[in-house]
Amino acid sequence: MAKSCSCNDFNRAQLLRHGIAQAGRGLPSIEPGMPLPAGTGLDRRTFLLRSAGAALSVYGASMLSPRHFEEGIAEAAAASPKQPVLVSIFMEGGWDALSVLAPVGEDKMYEELRPKLALEAKAALENGSGKIFTEDEKLMWHPAAKGLAELHGEGKVTVFPAVGYDPPDESHFTSRHYWEVGELETNTRSGWMGRYLDIAGDPGNPLQGLSLDYSLAPALATTKMPVAAVSSPAGYKMWANGLDEPLTAPAMRTFGELGALGAPSPAYAQARGASLDTSIVLNEMAAFVAAQEKATYKPAVPYPTAGGEFPERLAALAEMLGAGLPIKCASLTAVGSYDTHSDEANTLSTNLGQTVESVVAFQRDLEARGELADRVVIQLWSEFGRRPQENGSGTDHGAAGVAFLIGKPVTGKMVGEFPGLAKLDENENLVNTSDFRAMYSALLEQWFKTEAGLIIPGAGTFGGVPKLIA
Amino acid sequence: MTVNPGATQRRAGDASARSHAGREEHRKRAKQREQHHEKQKHGKHHKRRRKHKPHKHVRRVVAEPRGTLPIPLPSAPASPPAPSPVPVESLGAPISLAQARRLLWRAGFGPAHEPGPAPGQAEALVGQPLQQVVYGLTRPAGAATLIGPGPVNDEGNALAPYDVWGDDHCWWLDRMVRSDQQLVERMTFIWHDWFANSNEKVNSQRMMLEQNELFRSMALGSFHDLFMAVTGNPAMLVFLDGIYNDKNEPNENYAREMMELFSLGADRGAYTEDDVREMARTLTGWTAEWSEEGLREFEFDTARHDKHEKTVFGQTGNWDWEDAVRLCVTHPLHASFFVTKLWGYFIPSPPDEATLASLQGLYVSSGYSIRAVVEAILQHPDFYEGPELVTPPVVYNAGLLRAIGRPIDTTAWAWLSAGAGQQLFYPPNVSGWDFSSWLDTSTTKARWEIASYVTDETYANPWPGEGEPQYSETEEPPAALASAMTYWGSPLLSSESEQCIVDFAQTCLPGELAEWQQSPYRALRQNALRMLIATSPDMQVS
Repeated sequence: MAKSCSCNDFNRAQLLRHGIAQAGRGLPSIEPGMPLPAGTGLDRRTFLLRSAGAALSVYGASMLSPRHFEEGIAEAAAASPKQPVLVSIFMEGGWDALSVLAPVGEDKMYEELRPKLALEAKAALENGSGKIFTEDEKLMWHPAAKGLAELHGEGKVTVFPAVGYDPPDESHFTSRHYWEVGELETNTRSGWMGRYLDIAGDPGNPLQGLSLDYSLAPALATTKMPVAAVSSPAGYKMWANGLDEPLTAPAMRTFGELGALGAPSPAYAQARGASLDTSIVLNEMAAFVAAQEKATYKPAVPYPTAGGEFPERLAALAEMLGAGLPIKCASLTAVGSYDTHSDEANTLSTNLGQTVESVVAFQRDLEARGELADRVVIQLWSEFGRRPQENGSGTDHGAAGVAFLIGKPVTGKMVGEFPGLAKLDENENLVNTSDFRAMYSALLEQWFKTEAGLIIPGAGTFGGVPKLIA
Repeated sequence: MTVNPGATQRRAGDASARSHAGREEHRKRAKQREQHHEKQKHGKHHKRRRKHKPHKHVRRVVAEPRGTLPIPLPSAPASPPAPSPVPVESLGAPISLAQARRLLWRAGFGPAHEPGPAPGQAEALVGQPLQQVVYGLTRPAGAATLIGPGPVNDEGNALAPYDVWGDDHCWWLDRMVRSDQQLVERMTFIWHDWFANSNEKVNSQRMMLEQNELFRSMALGSFHDLFMAVTGNPAMLVFLDGIYNDKNEPNENYAREMMELFSLGADRGAYTEDDVREMARTLTGWTAEWSEEGLREFEFDTARHDKHEKTVFGQTGNWDWEDAVRLCVTHPLHASFFVTKLWGYFIPSPPDEATLASLQGLYVSSGYSIRAVVEAILQHPDFYEGPELVTPPVVYNAGLLRAIGRPIDTTAWAWLSAGAGQQLFYPPNVSGWDFSSWLDTSTTKARWEIASYVTDETYANPWPGEGEPQYSETEEPPAALASAMTYWGSPLLSSESEQCIVDFAQTCLPGELAEWQQSPYRALRQNALRMLIATSPDMQVS
């Protein structure tokens, strides 16, 4: 690298190296002082960035015309028109599988274990609020999850009635961590979706892995590719007191450049990386944000008004996907907490209802947008299920739980069966009949067309890889 | 700390690979920085730093592929060394400016600074013996003094921390900004994360603030006493369902977390699932009454307590809740858990084997003294020579306010801080905030917003009205940068970042300015410089 140069050139070279090193293509031979190619219509920086093939840009949002953004987005979309998308939704706290799909057919044991919390099947079935799960008629959908029953009837829900791993861990944080990193390893820091993006991602596109949240989902943590967290997509822009044109663009450029400098410690690296990625996401989002400001977006289908930011974020996600934003994996946290040690009946019913209604609205929204529904699979997961024996008004931590894959592409065929309540494990918890790592492996192979073994250690050894995609 | 993926990822194994090669490197770099800053100290008010010429100390580090991994933080090993009577290593030298700043950011809420060019709090400490400086933080006399005007909301009215959403956050933020007992507030902040309860479930700002006062009053005393008080604290009894833990229907919520998160740690073999169940029985008996104003009369009711024998950690007896706390604190794996977790709030690299042994020895021999351990950590060489720590959002917010001497005069800080990932009294779950990944594209944008709001009353107005002061028409780039640095109390930036901002100052304005642009554009530049400094990666770490 050149010994000395003006700061801009130095930073430019740094940026390039950052982008290229990320792309794993070695360092570029571009140095300050190289002449610009004539007739490209590009300024030097843009040329350098594009020629690097890194699609890396650190312009402030207002630096480029909307046309540039549209072109950029169109390029990204055109590059993979059929890009499959996974939307992963976390039910935080460990949801009670035995209430979501209640084993009302095991009446005696179920009522013994759940004297207060057992769902009243007879009344629910008579008044239509409860629906029998057609693949195992011992199970009844929670009335608050009736939207899932409807989608299941259309062949759009694959049910894992008892998913987990052996040996089960009853700690929220250990179990959740296993699900996030895709292996039973406490030291792993990259997420399972993050490792997929490390292989299939683009070094200039943080939106490829998008947490619709106030912070980044651990399942999206990458070792080299950028990913993004956006809490409120329509509002993703930055302004400051007394900062205006013509200084905004150069200031935002410098903000991004500060993120591309060397980092002597992990903390510095996190701070710098976040600045650089923020400046890129501002660009990626600019056209979308501008469009949202012009016209108040109205979803094709109504979303529930209860449930706070969750339905709003799903509506925004559908709109972002519809606009062609290059998202591969998205992550959200469902409404409320599912850690129902007490007051379970009320809490679960409210949170589950608002979550399921929002998810169903999202699916209908995708369907209203035509082919988009063919590109999106939704995953609902939680770190574990809860203890079959209730503790009074709630339930303590358990082992096997329930998970769903939703969307037009899924087979809609149950994976594993409900193991019954007669035989519990040594801690009196539900035993699992499928492994979450098999689910991940199947999604990677069949949905993302990626070799699962590169991402999930021991892929294929967790009871085989089930057929998940039709 | 307590990451969401669990205490689990902060194992010694993960971080120690980094630490050997890393530590030497960090020491070297710390020394370079030190020399660099010492030189500047002798120049006239940092003038030399602002000259636009290549810096000698620019580290030509090629940016590595970074990814977005959480930062590995220290976690107690499964097989810790035995407690040792050998004293903990201490740095022992007079404190330098860089060290003073790091100390004030990590043990408090950043250096306080009055508006203007006068030296701030960090400068005043330079040259004092380290032990004296640390004791100044850890051994405050009497009650705290809150310096400067008290907090008000946007209408200028007093806050209503028991009643109004966000006023609780701002009430405490005010103490962080104004208290002359900075470490006491910082420790209170640590206990809020360690024993993380959220008002989302407690649903009583009064109960949360009463718990906050408990943390403050016991912040530096005995951990055994603190743990005992927390176990019977109303907010905790609600948050982890202690009041629903009845002998006939034991509720495991507190039992599990008191071991996993508060005293022993997961995945270390410290306890079994049977221990969780037996501990739940041990803790049975707490109760409360519903009233029109919510839950009241929290008390231990022996009629609800399981009086049969329980076996916890292999010890059998007719234990109750006080025994539960004692059994945890005297557990052979507690001391290593406690000192490592506390260390991790101040120092991101794990303590080495000898340090871990000595810290445990100090903790146990001092009767579980929090103060003793904190004093050792704040004097340890790793604190000053080790890698940077990401500043939590609330500390960042308080620190910017302290840097410009602004009191709490808006309650916007509550939602702004929430956006940056940390609303006080609302930790995400019982494991507290995730200190391993504070910064991403959402929280970074939110920190930008915080910085902008901080400048609300004091940014340079490019378009002043009639009779209002106009910004300079002649200010040159070096003076502009000097002014922006002074605005924030002259923080230390890395040489690379400084160079980048210098370059911006030099090149951001068009070559020729029209007459009407002279002043407004310089004001714009000043505001841009202030934002770039405050939001620079350097200001997110200490």
